[in-house]
Amino acid sequence: MSSPHIHSGSSSVTMMLQVMLALLPATLVAVWLFGWLALLQISTCMAAAIGFEWLLLRVMKRSLAPLFDGSAALTGLFLALVLPAAAPWWVALVGALAAISLGKQLYGGLGYNPFNPALAARVILLVSFPLQMTTWLLPLPIAGGADLTDLTTAATIFFNGIAATGQPFDAVTMATPLGYVKTALHSGIPVPQSLASYHYSALAALVGNEGGSMGETSALALLLGGVYLLRRRVISWHIPLAFLATVAVMAAVSHLLNPDRFASATFHLLAGGLMLCAFFMATDPVTSPVAPRGQLLFGIGCGVLTWVIRNFGSYPEGAMFAVVLMNCVVPLLDRHFRPPVYGHRS
Amino acid sequence: MAMHSWQRLGAKWLAGLIPLAEAGVHPDDCKVTASLAITDAPLPPLLVLPIRQHIGQACAPIVDAGDTVLRGQKIAKSQGYVSTSIHAPTSGRVVKIEEHAIVHPSGIGMLSIFIEPDGEDRWLEKLPAMADYAQRDPAEIREQIRSCGIAGLGGALFPTFIKLVRDPNHRIETLILNGIECEPWLTCDHRLMVEDAPRIVAGLKILRYLVQAERCVVAIEDNKPDAAAAMREALKQAGCADVEVRLLPTIYPQGSEKQLIETITGRQVPAGKLPLHIGALCENVATTAAIADAVLEGKPLIERVVTLSGDAMPKPANLRVRIGTPVDYLLRQQGLEDLHGVEVMQGGPMMGERLRHLDAPITKGSNGILAMRQQAREPESPCIRCGHCVQVCPVGLMPNELASHCRNDRFEESEAFNLFDCIECGACSYVCPAHIPLVHYFRYGKGQVAAIRRANAFAELSRQRSEAREQRIQREREEKAARRRARSAAKPAPSPVPPKAEQP
Repeated sequence: MSSPHIHSGSSSVTMMLQVMLALLPATLVAVWLFGWLALLQISTCMAAAIGFEWLLLRVMKRSLAPLFDGSAALTGLFLALVLPAAAPWWVALVGALAAISLGKQLYGGLGYNPFNPALAARVILLVSFPLQMTTWLLPLPIAGGADLTDLTTAATIFFNGIAATGQPFDAVTMATPLGYVKTALHSGIPVPQSLASYHYSALAALVGNEGGSMGETSALALLLGGVYLLRRRVISWHIPLAFLATVAVMAAVSHLLNPDRFASATFHLLAGGLMLCAFFMATDPVTSPVAPRGQLLFGIGCGVLTWVIRNFGSYPEGAMFAVVLMNCVVPLLDRHFRPPVYGHRS
Repeated sequence: MAMHSWQRLGAKWLAGLIPLAEAGVHPDDCKVTASLAITDAPLPPLLVLPIRQHIGQACAPIVDAGDTVLRGQKIAKSQGYVSTSIHAPTSGRVVKIEEHAIVHPSGIGMLSIFIEPDGEDRWLEKLPAMADYAQRDPAEIREQIRSCGIAGLGGALFPTFIKLVRDPNHRIETLILNGIECEPWLTCDHRLMVEDAPRIVAGLKILRYLVQAERCVVAIEDNKPDAAAAMREALKQAGCADVEVRLLPTIYPQGSEKQLIETITGRQVPAGKLPLHIGALCENVATTAAIADAVLEGKPLIERVVTLSGDAMPKPANLRVRIGTPVDYLLRQQGLEDLHGVEVMQGGPMMGERLRHLDAPITKGSNGILAMRQQAREPESPCIRCGHCVQVCPVGLMPNELASHCRNDRFEESEAFNLFDCIECGACSYVCPAHIPLVHYFRYGKGQVAAIRRANAFAELSRQRSEAREQRIQREREEKAARRRARSAAKPAPSPVPPKAEQP
């Protein structure tokens, strides 16, 4: 082999581990919010993702080397973090299967998938099982919910559903702020009033103590992970900054024009899956543009679509759809927004 | 209002999140020989001088086996314009002239002149010195530089005199002395600047006289502050206060000519053009010192500083080595006998070439010989499109796409993705987390495209020939017909063909 004869020592496996490490704060918050249930979901998803990867590789008679690149484990973790805590066990399994098969191996495995496998799986689950995917368990720190510090209760919910706990459905679940505001708007209630009746607090949204997917609600934990990834240069700033700034600007301007119809920039930045999508999903290297200008446009596109879907779509949250839609145009962005080549600039 | 230190720290930390576009990489510099003074390597029992040690046409030997030669005597003459001569590094006898191994990726050999030193190291008596160069015609000085066999010692080996031609259409505005030496391990230029700064400055003055540059910059990376100090002192002593010594942040491949020109002048050399076309001239510091020797003392290029280093080198050193010294001789001198599990390369680890034959000689371009412990190469895994290669590429290429095109023999796309703008610095391969040997694919692609171009050129030539032949035949046929018509027009009535006489 010709030069260079040295290497920086980076590897795909290291990058996967770094991303997992960056997800640690969000994972810990998930455990804080949902106790044993979070641990059950996470371990099931990760084990299932690795298991299905092994199965598919065996069936296709391919090398088992990808089993050890950490990507399947990471997909499992991602999947768990975007699931509602109360999602039944079979949703986790179907999700893991969808992620690994339809989201990844169908295209040839790691490096060839157009969508982030976990995100693709979430889209599939959301349109297939809308009820299970939008039933949000009351987090532990909010009094009155199911006692998830008890393993038996957690296992009961995981395997037999919320009804099996014997508690009234409404007592153990709550809406997400985005969902609540959207439903209220449909009934003609303006945004400030619905936020007041939700007892919305930006602080709760920051730490994650509200309704939502297990690993999505804590903007702060995700921000911490994102900053770690930026510092370690696993991701570059272009996509997250463009994504978040676009949402913030669109939300701020619309809020200024019509505060009854549109929520504020702070609300949008802290709500739903935006932080997870901006720092972890949109920046998935395989499915995002490689060159800086393409990355900026990709981020802006994600931001615009997120805001548009949140405010005009039928789903309350649009970040995930925005990223998946923008993933479709990545080859175009790569093709038309290449970096300027030395000596060819006029 | 003064900023608190914690505020400054915070600002710096935040800035680290959004780094400005910075192409290049930061390998460990491993410059273990940085503080070791240059020493003279002993004369080997046999010197081997390949007849081409520069970019361009090979030289023609002007000595024969059995001839006695003196140190500094020309033994091979340049042929054609892009070429420069070769001289005897010591006095002795020409033993033979035949093919010998050189440093080349394919392991091919080259016609070489073998000299057996007589140990007297006797100089040629009269060296054509030009200490009064400032009174002379620049063309004469250039010819002196050419005849002394000087080529770019940074590794590119382009015959230096060609870069010094005064072009009335392109004035040289900026003269850059390249003391960057960004390859890990190498310290030959570094030590030369520390120990021989006055000689480099003397060369700088000659260059300046030749090209009449308004601005002169000595570019050095900030991992060599002692070199910068030595150069500043020498410039002061020589009365060159207007020459700027720029200490640049260390980053690889800063020393690459085009990249350095952009750093210093802010302008890019347009594709397919020379630095001259934007008024820049870039010379390596060792080349500049060699120019001083050639012009002031008439000494041809017969020795150079070579860094012997690497994690498997028992005694790392900076050696002044005669051109033609076999590498294995030097390795033994530095205590390296057992080569088991050791890889030897010429040049730095980023762009150097692995030696296939250890008896290959040191040539004008050998800036370092590294002995490195063999390391298992990580297997190549699929590209995860992380874009790190795009971030570090100093040229602005998309190495990931380019490699995929080259690997799949999509050569038109490769060219559209600027394959031929790649400078093979290796930054992309260095950072690739999937361990894809990107540069290796680019070399393959370049070779294939060059072969296709040659084949196409040949096919085109054949087509032209064939068309010319058909045209000629057609023309001849028409001319014949015209003649026939003219003949028949001259005779009013066609004369009947007389019946053939019957055979008896």
